[in-house]
Amino acid sequence: MLGRKNVMNKLNLDSTQINDCRDLASEIADQVQSFINEHSTVSVERSVLRLLGVDGVDELGIPLPNRIIEDIKKYGEIELGASIYLASALKEYDGNLAKFLHHYSLSSDSICDYPLVKKEEAIKILQPYIDEHLNRIIENKRKRNTYLTEYNRGTTDLYVIVATGNIDEDVVQAIAAAKAGADIIAVIRSTGQSLLDFVPYGKTTEGFGGTFATQENFRIMRAALDKVSEEEKRYIKLVNYASGLCMPEIAAMGALERLDVLLNDSMYGIIFRDINMKRTFVDQYFSRLINAYSGIIINTGEDNYLTTSDALTEAHTVLASQFINEAFAKRAHLKEELMGLGHAFEISPDIENSFLYELAQAQMAREIFPNAPLKYMPPTKHINGNIFRAYQQNAMFNMVTTMTDQTIHLLGMMTEAIHTPFMSDRYLAIKNAKMIQSAMKDLGSEITFKEDGLIQTRAQSVLKEALVLLKQIKEKGMFESLAEGVFADTKRPINGGKGLDGVFLKSQNYFNVISDRLEASFNED
Amino acid sequence: MKIKPYGDTLNDGKVQVSFTLPIEKNQKGIAAAKQIAKSMGLLDPAVVHAESIENGFSFYILYGSFGKEIDFDSIHVEEITTKALSRKELEKIIEQEFDREIIFVGASTGTDAHTVGIDAIMNMKGFAGHYGLERYQGIQAYNLGSQVQNEEFVRIAREKNADVLLVSQTVTQKDVHLKNLVELVELLEAEKLREKVILIAGGARITHELAKELGYDAGFGPGSFAEDVATFAITELIKRKQ
Repeated sequence: MLGRKNVMNKLNLDSTQINDCRDLASEIADQVQSFINEHSTVSVERSVLRLLGVDGVDELGIPLPNRIIEDIKKYGEIELGASIYLASALKEYDGNLAKFLHHYSLSSDSICDYPLVKKEEAIKILQPYIDEHLNRIIENKRKRNTYLTEYNRGTTDLYVIVATGNIDEDVVQAIAAAKAGADIIAVIRSTGQSLLDFVPYGKTTEGFGGTFATQENFRIMRAALDKVSEEEKRYIKLVNYASGLCMPEIAAMGALERLDVLLNDSMYGIIFRDINMKRTFVDQYFSRLINAYSGIIINTGEDNYLTTSDALTEAHTVLASQFINEAFAKRAHLKEELMGLGHAFEISPDIENSFLYELAQAQMAREIFPNAPLKYMPPTKHINGNIFRAYQQNAMFNMVTTMTDQTIHLLGMMTEAIHTPFMSDRYLAIKNAKMIQSAMKDLGSEITFKEDGLIQTRAQSVLKEALVLLKQIKEKGMFESLAEGVFADTKRPINGGKGLDGVFLKSQNYFNVISDRLEASFNED
Repeated sequence: MKIKPYGDTLNDGKVQVSFTLPIEKNQKGIAAAKQIAKSMGLLDPAVVHAESIENGFSFYILYGSFGKEIDFDSIHVEEITTKALSRKELEKIIEQEFDREIIFVGASTGTDAHTVGIDAIMNMKGFAGHYGLERYQGIQAYNLGSQVQNEEFVRIAREKNADVLLVSQTVTQKDVHLKNLVELVELLEAEKLREKVILIAGGARITHELAKELGYDAGFGPGSFAEDVATFAITELIKRKQ
């Protein structure tokens, strides 16, 4: 990241406490990681198929990856993983995937009808497909890096959302936002997509509160943003959302179509979408492996805790969760530069000195995670229909970002809580942020905070509370802590929630040609 | 009494309007903005600001005078007239009037992913210093969270034997929230549950009047707290008991 000038110990934070938090988070993640390593899920296996080139739908509109995995669950042993079944089928089709898929989608044959090959032979059969798709991802990464080196970029990326439901209309809005100064465009998904156990196929023009995440929609938006990037000489990043039952599949599709940022929290689905925790933990690992390989920044969802719980009393849960998300991310080989840990400006403006507390918390996140492209979310909870008041709240939020060098800055909309943004709402939000970015550019590096003043004391106490919480979570274990409602006051039973039936214990003979290849590439680095 | 909007002088009728037009910003664009304001019934509209939003769109801010006046006395609105009681008062009334807990089931239904509204009313901590229903003694509150489908909502309402149903709709697009609210009423009627529950809608764009129109017992807009909702529900339950 360029121009980070602000990373010093302005808050007088105790580095021993920070290290203790990291150690505890690490132990917490290790407990879960051993579970993750022993399991796979239907969505992980579907992603493997996608990364080998299985795409498209059958005559009933069922995505082929779903059909194949259901087929294996019914007639085969899913515990072996999808790789061996696909390889065994391809053997009968001269290794030709297109030929097999054509036949498969039109017939009622099972993929389990073919004699199973040995692992070595399977890898050999699948090798051209592994190479083709993983090389495409590496090529995407190279292209992104070329853009990023060629065009300048400031410290903070301005992030706006488009959510029309129609990908063509989204393109129009995205281009307008990019030209007005937005650096990152997120296409909000149609509500409810996170709970679908498949990814819809093809271009879509109807959705509610957002547009379906499909590989074709990703491609359409990426192409439009590449064009505007070249015109503006600024690389416009594209964001989508992985959280949900198809986390790894969306990561796979995002990698193939050069998404740049993906919402990919290790716990969001559990807490906010009531997705089973075992499913989520296994899925988040594989999706993050893909992101690490493709250079996609993950964003985590701690900001959501504060829309449900109180931002003043629960700030330490955000910090504790950031440590845990960081620990899980490390296990998936994500570099710090790809860890877009989330937090938010959600303290009620009616509280005296609320701005100081926000400043303290934002600076704290910056200092504790100096290399992370922090994702900072705007006020939403305490925004009412008074658009003028909201505009002022957003200005305060923009000031904190500028003073503390947040990296991914989601712009607040003055019409928050009224409707999905109009074009002018977005435009005014960008202008608001731009004015503050310019007018207050070096304020952060000009000021220090009073020793033991309100700001230092606030940050220190949040860190201390986070440490206490992490100790508790470590002692109880992650699964039990979530069951007791440690985050966002939300309790989730270990075997409750959606998607548990898609989790399975890997057999001794399980293999996954994609994760083997990804893991090998990380070990080379 | 006849009234008009107030700028700085009684009956000056001053209003402000802002909008985007799908055209470039130029003299013709400004004239178009003015014409739109005139068609709205604004006298002497002035485009005080025009700005290009790139890519063939432009943004305008206008002031003008609303020429007509409206007859204030002829307006009738459905308002919730019961004055909100405090949590303590409500707890006491429940204890006196009922020999059981009152069951509230709430959710942000349909496609709405926002829980801000339902959380503010139901969660222990409530909002802006007003405790939520979970904290009330004598009330059993089930907050089902967001994106609860109407069918699921009705199923749980039946399972929990709900007295009061709270439906939250925060953000909307192309008025999908209205369709969803109506659908719930129809479903409750089909399941013969409508008369057995007190049905309350809440959200940024909900008014009591709108809610009544849609077949709800009450509607609560922005600025409502748990005690407002609980007062209405408990009062209504007592009324029905008699």
